[in-house]
Amino acid sequence: MNKPNGPYGFETLSIHAGAAPDPTTGARVTPIYQTTAFVFDDAEHAASLFNLQTWGYIYSRIGNPTVSVLEERIATLEGGRGAIATASGHAAQMLVAFSLMRAGDHLVAGNKLYGGSVTQFTRTFAKFGWDCTLVDPDEPLNFERAIRPETKAIFIEGLANPGGIVVDIEAVAAIAHRAGIPLIVDNTLATPYLCRPFEWGADIVVHSTTKYLSGHGNAMGGVVVDSGRFDWSQNDKFPNLAKPEPAYHGLTFHETFGDLALTAHGHAVGLRDLGACMAPMNAFLTITGSETLPLRMQRHVENAQCVAEFLESDPRVAWVSYAGLEANKYRALARKYLPKGAGAVFTFGVKGGYEVGRRVVEGCELFSHLANVGDTRSLIIHPASTTHRQLNETQQIAAGAGPDVVRLSIGLETVGDLIADLDQALAQASEQVKAAE
Amino acid sequence: MNHDAYPDSYIRAILDGVKTIAMVGASPNWNRPSFFAMKYLQIKGYRVIPVNPAAVGQEILGERVYGSLAEVPGAIDMVDIFRNSEAAGPIADAAIEAGAKVVWMQLGVRNDAAAARGEQADLRVVMNRCPKIEYGRLNGELAWSGVNTGIISSKRRKQGA
Repeated sequence: MNKPNGPYGFETLSIHAGAAPDPTTGARVTPIYQTTAFVFDDAEHAASLFNLQTWGYIYSRIGNPTVSVLEERIATLEGGRGAIATASGHAAQMLVAFSLMRAGDHLVAGNKLYGGSVTQFTRTFAKFGWDCTLVDPDEPLNFERAIRPETKAIFIEGLANPGGIVVDIEAVAAIAHRAGIPLIVDNTLATPYLCRPFEWGADIVVHSTTKYLSGHGNAMGGVVVDSGRFDWSQNDKFPNLAKPEPAYHGLTFHETFGDLALTAHGHAVGLRDLGACMAPMNAFLTITGSETLPLRMQRHVENAQCVAEFLESDPRVAWVSYAGLEANKYRALARKYLPKGAGAVFTFGVKGGYEVGRRVVEGCELFSHLANVGDTRSLIIHPASTTHRQLNETQQIAAGAGPDVVRLSIGLETVGDLIADLDQALAQASEQVKAAE
Repeated sequence: MNHDAYPDSYIRAILDGVKTIAMVGASPNWNRPSFFAMKYLQIKGYRVIPVNPAAVGQEILGERVYGSLAEVPGAIDMVDIFRNSEAAGPIADAAIEAGAKVVWMQLGVRNDAAAARGEQADLRVVMNRCPKIEYGRLNGELAWSGVNTGIISSKRRKQGA
């Protein structure tokens, strides 16, 4: 048995948490356990594993040694109790909803979300009998007003995609707890380096690890992190965790696993039956990426601040929505929740509206025109026609993705080069539109 | 002892030091938490003696069930309590009486008065924890389940030992 850990810093944990040397070979970097299954010692060992009576690996859909390292890494960085890695961020949202809800249940979510999440919650969840109400998160009481007896959780993006919107996590957590339900925070755009939602009362954090945690635009993944603090037995709302689970031979997860209940259920039932597990190769790439998370996030927010200030002062730009700017309406919330920087994804609008905006997107030489965020590369997109396309115009405007909106994800390039690229694209777009008139 | 946050060294010393564990409230039902814990602790080399007045004379995992701690023959190192917090009080007193060195109350079980009596009698006390989970956390096995074990090390180690 090993010595207990000291009060290690975030940078140390980013490199070491979960990743001791490989016990079999001594390999210092976490190996890619590219295997589907794991041998049993004997029939009795197999039975114990299938009954969850002993810890161990069975099949990589439920757990894999490379994936476990990433799970422990992210759980530690968020200050949580345990984590479940999934195939994507959407799979993480599906898995956590599945652990908390049954047909006829209800979810309240902010309406300023990644467009794909709005579609998943309102269209696809409906097919499982899960109803979702979207409310404006700028006023936390909107969540309280939407809660019904069958509501099982509140879901927000702490720092929302795309518009640099910051939600008052502490206020929303208090509302959730008054109703006896957990607050789920999507912390993808902030990462635990900029904000740790558990410190503000959130109960569950989800991520698309595809973004900053892996950070290099090369690995799909998601994760559900449980704080371990929510009491699933405080009311009758969470039978999946607090009552005998028919999908696991009558095992009661909360009673058996205590504050590990959600982590255990997410693997043993969620991954087992939904099947959306993370691939070991993707876990390996994400582990490697997470080692430099603190360094990358520092540079991401520095670059984003510079680019946002450039755009704000440019006469061709109509508005900039970045919570790092003094005039931004979310500046006070960003000071509280994101003191190290307001992230690196934000939006702006150009004078001349949609047509000029479209030409700016197409005129960039360094910014890549694609549908992702949180890459080392700087990215640019027109959300209304892409990431938020399935929403109607009212929903798009509510989500901060109206017709004139251009979204940037600021990468790690030399910031002067990024500003020069936007400058030339803006100049070109204005000229083209003038010439057409 | 601060019963809200046990140092790893405290839990480790207990798990390394005890050999015979009397499990009060052990259930013969295979999907109950006590059965999980008993099976795991047996695999890890502990002798676990079930105590449950409702199952006297039966066997659980090859061990005869006794009706009370007083009836258990031989020395008991640790008493592991799978009963509610109120019932844990008299069981802790019986553990002191039986000469146990450790009283361990399971997840969700906490009785501070009983803990104080135990500590006064020089017993070590753990509350609201599971020895299966703590053993797995400290030996690396719990990390196989995506859990934040709180253990950071650059040393190679044997898992599951």
